[in-house]
Amino acid sequence: MQGNFITTRLNAMLGWGRKYSLFHYPYVTACCGMEYMSAACAHFDIDRFGAGWTRFSPRQSDLLLVIGTISQKQAPVLRTVYDQMTEPKWVIAFGACAVSGGIYDNYAVVQGVDQVIPVDIFIPGCPPRPEMVLDGLLKLQDKIQKTKQDWRWKKQQS
Amino acid sequence: MEETAILDALKERFPKGVVEASVPLGDATVVIRRDALLAIIPFLKEKPYEFAVLLDLTCVDYPERAERFEMVYHLFSLVTNKRLRIKLSVPESAAVVDSLVRFWKNADWLEREVFDMFGVRFAGHPNLRRLFMNDDFEGHPLRKDYPLRKRQPMIQLRK
Repeated sequence: MQGNFITTRLNAMLGWGRKYSLFHYPYVTACCGMEYMSAACAHFDIDRFGAGWTRFSPRQSDLLLVIGTISQKQAPVLRTVYDQMTEPKWVIAFGACAVSGGIYDNYAVVQGVDQVIPVDIFIPGCPPRPEMVLDGLLKLQDKIQKTKQDWRWKKQQS
Repeated sequence: MEETAILDALKERFPKGVVEASVPLGDATVVIRRDALLAIIPFLKEKPYEFAVLLDLTCVDYPERAERFEMVYHLFSLVTNKRLRIKLSVPESAAVVDSLVRFWKNADWLEREVFDMFGVRFAGHPNLRRLFMNDDFEGHPLRKDYPLRKRQPMIQLRK
């Protein structure tokens, strides 16, 4: 009983730590990038929610923001970027094009980045308002807090 | 110089090469025969017209026509401040047009784009490869008979 109590508390603590220390990697390909900039900078300021650290290396980040249209030619690049990120990692599809291909229902564009990499949060909009971005970020933090945290050292023991 | 002056000059100089000349919505437009292109272009580049700028080179697909592709060239003269549109039709069975790279360097990528999107080949082009799509892409996506929802992903998609 006592062991379970420690486990759940540790799980909650890890979730708390992880949700307020998101290092994000902005994969910006299109006009949604402007909306990302306003969400990230002083007016809306995602730093208030602990996601202010923009890392321009996938190896140092744990939140991938896919912002803009992903063409078929970019899909291998996006998957490589995702594979390079360290665990645990999360993905936000930002804007209509990243969510579903948006207006680009054609030969060149991936119809939603979830065809390429697993996505945690979809933020629709063309482009989404910064308020929606903040809402999506809060929902992701909620999700991180509620998931069973991955402890590598514990897995190896069992 | 009026818009029609260049058209009249072309009709006089190339009576067989010019199929039709008109000024739709104020833009001088000339439809020429495919084999007259290499004769007409040097004439337009020289004085007094001096169409020194190739503004655009593109293609249109009209599947219902006997010669389904129509090449469209937009020229601009810095000296006379005039524009000229040249059109010529190309059949699918022999989709080859003479390359204009030797006259304008920017024709290089424009012709590669047309080749990529429509499959029209350019005789005399130094490096006729796809411009936008990957090299193993099959078909030409801007042809009207390319399936609208056909996808050719470069990697295995998750679903």
